[in-house]
Amino acid sequence: MRHLIDIMELSTEEIDELISTAARIIKNPMKYREACKYKTLATLFFEPSTRTRLSFEAAMIELGGSVLGFSEANSSSAAKGESVADTVRVVGGYSDIIAMRHPKEGAPLVASMNSTVPIINAGDGGHNHPTQTLTDLLTISQIKGRLDNLTIGLCGDLKFGRTVHSLIAAMSRYEGIRFVLISPEELKVPSYVKAEHIKARGIPYTQSRTLEDVMPELDILYMTRVQRERFFSEEEYLRLRDTYILTPDKLKNAKQDLCIMHPLPRVNEISTAVDSDPRACYFEQARFGKFIRMALIMKLLEVEDEN
Amino acid sequence: MKIDAIKNGIVIDHIEAGCGMQIYQMLGMDKLSCPVALLRNVPSKKLGHKDIIKVDGELDIDLDILGYFSPNVTVNFIRDGKLVDKRHIDLPTRITDLLRCKNPRCITTTEQDIHHIFRLADPEKRTYRCIYCDAKAD
Repeated sequence: MRHLIDIMELSTEEIDELISTAARIIKNPMKYREACKYKTLATLFFEPSTRTRLSFEAAMIELGGSVLGFSEANSSSAAKGESVADTVRVVGGYSDIIAMRHPKEGAPLVASMNSTVPIINAGDGGHNHPTQTLTDLLTISQIKGRLDNLTIGLCGDLKFGRTVHSLIAAMSRYEGIRFVLISPEELKVPSYVKAEHIKARGIPYTQSRTLEDVMPELDILYMTRVQRERFFSEEEYLRLRDTYILTPDKLKNAKQDLCIMHPLPRVNEISTAVDSDPRACYFEQARFGKFIRMALIMKLLEVEDEN
Repeated sequence: MKIDAIKNGIVIDHIEAGCGMQIYQMLGMDKLSCPVALLRNVPSKKLGHKDIIKVDGELDIDLDILGYFSPNVTVNFIRDGKLVDKRHIDLPTRITDLLRCKNPRCITTTEQDIHHIFRLADPEKRTYRCIYCDAKAD
């Protein structure tokens, strides 16, 4: 029995296999309408996350399975003080697979140590969110047609953004990758992330404080939100926040086939005027999230995908 | 200073000077009923100065953990007054229930009956990280 707690538990071959399955589902969704018939997904969301939860539920429904669960801790036994271990031991009796979101870092790992059914980490605090990274990889694969030989710009909060750290870790395993890290000094990628992934694999990277200077080099632009609570002063936050708002003007020198991504939700870091640009891929990215989760559910339930 | 020779037990040698007391306390040697000697700041050709712990008695502890406290540690096993085995202790790949995670967002702060486990993340820097939240051990 396999779980998915951290994206790095998957080999690049397994990721390729998931992306291939997802691509087949995208092409012919009807073929998969009963792939998980009579199977049940439990969505245990100890903190709200409408997008991720609905994506998981839509994925299971489109595979012909059923869904049960809760969407906040107050409506669960956790409010009565039940441990994560006990919760999954009980819910494992009612379901075939569990997707768990929890505010405490490491909760899904604890769940996997005590579960009789596969556990998918649907986000544990600011720590891991492997299905977001799988979504990002599927998006890159679908839009660019490859996961290697790409210059990837990561922009905004690179210090606390878990999606950025996971994407760096995952993409570092492919050939010909180059990172351009665009952030204010205060929100640079932590040195241990650079040491463990970028430097350890000898991957070229540059750091920049401005988006415009590096825009022409990029194949992928991954935007993230700069959050107010990360700054000591309101003035500094406002100055830096505005620096990283993506506008049509800033895209003037970008490649014609640039792929603009964002894990969503956005606040103001991408101007709505960019939405109509064919290079804006973030809503498509959210849609791809459902397909990769379908592929993942099939893999963990050991459902054969007959090509 | 004269310390009697050990008949059956172990000598933990080449402990980084100043780390002996920490090892003594963390391994609960204060609770042992057999003779235990902690020697501090012993002159050493290799290290300049070192600490040594001698335990004259059976000891049921995870010796691999010693590598976490001090690199280059060696453990000499004594039987009937003779050296029968010598082990160089490397950094342990995992440390269980010895350290506690300080990250307030970590599940170990709320979940009951959970093992506190750290993994070796960077052998060069001797960095350990919590397996649950990846926070660095102090």
